[in-house]
Amino acid sequence: MAVQLDFFKRIPYFSGLSLAELESIQKLVFEKTADRAETVALEGEPAANLYFVASGVVKVFKTSAEGKEQILSIVRPGESFNDVPIFDGGPNPVSARTMGPVLLYGMKKNDMGAILRNHPQVASNVIKVLAKRVRDLVSLVEDLSFRHVISRVAKILFDHIGDEMGHGPRLTQQQMAAMAGTAREVVGRSLKALEEQGAIKLDRHRIIITDKEALKKVMGLPS
Amino acid sequence: MTEMPIIDVHKCDGCGLCVGVCHCHALGIVNEIITIIETVNCDWCTDCEAVCLTGAISCPFEIIIQES
Repeated sequence: MAVQLDFFKRIPYFSGLSLAELESIQKLVFEKTADRAETVALEGEPAANLYFVASGVVKVFKTSAEGKEQILSIVRPGESFNDVPIFDGGPNPVSARTMGPVLLYGMKKNDMGAILRNHPQVASNVIKVLAKRVRDLVSLVEDLSFRHVISRVAKILFDHIGDEMGHGPRLTQQQMAAMAGTAREVVGRSLKALEEQGAIKLDRHRIIITDKEALKKVMGLPS
Repeated sequence: MTEMPIIDVHKCDGCGLCVGVCHCHALGIVNEIITIIETVNCDWCTDCEAVCLTGAISCPFEIIIQES
């Protein structure tokens, strides 16, 4: 088994466990590899395994009926996905897709249940991890439901227009998110929405304002 | 010269997550530091920026007006 104990003890779920405990848990882990853009969990489907990302990155997202995607989190090495269906036995509330080649460490649902019963420290760790996720999701819900992020993103674009040569401040999505008081994922969604409304066009590293009046309307300004 | 994402080598910890997510192979690790390989195939998906935990990669946008 190539699962590295050093990596294993850095997984938040297994923090604070003794070497003997880690070794006993390690025996229950199996490896799974996936290429770029593989769907490794599907919304609405039951899940048989909990996965920890060993290398690579997985995005966790929901898809609307119209096919729009809202990223909920980016799962990096040491972090897990499929937790909810594993712990509550229901269908998966989200989908997960690889953003590049990944190595996953999987654990069967029944094995995870046994670990929780036999290692109280793991149960305590799981509560902490899930509580942090709830905190992150509450923040995202706040952004998506109460804040008119799109109008703030529109104003940020309006306030940072460069000249026709492109001379002007350049902004990353992270910087726009910080300015709008929201998450980077929400900025990405807002930019796509503005493009769909015909106010802007995303052209590689350029955001081209194609309809200034439409942008002003989104900002809530009179034309 | 093709515009490419910007690397802050002082922030890069060489984790390589960005290399894995870059579908156009514009990123590589040289001496444990991320290096840009210029390519016209980079479509500014900004995935490399999104996965970087140290903020070492940035994909800034120019904002211009071009009304028809």
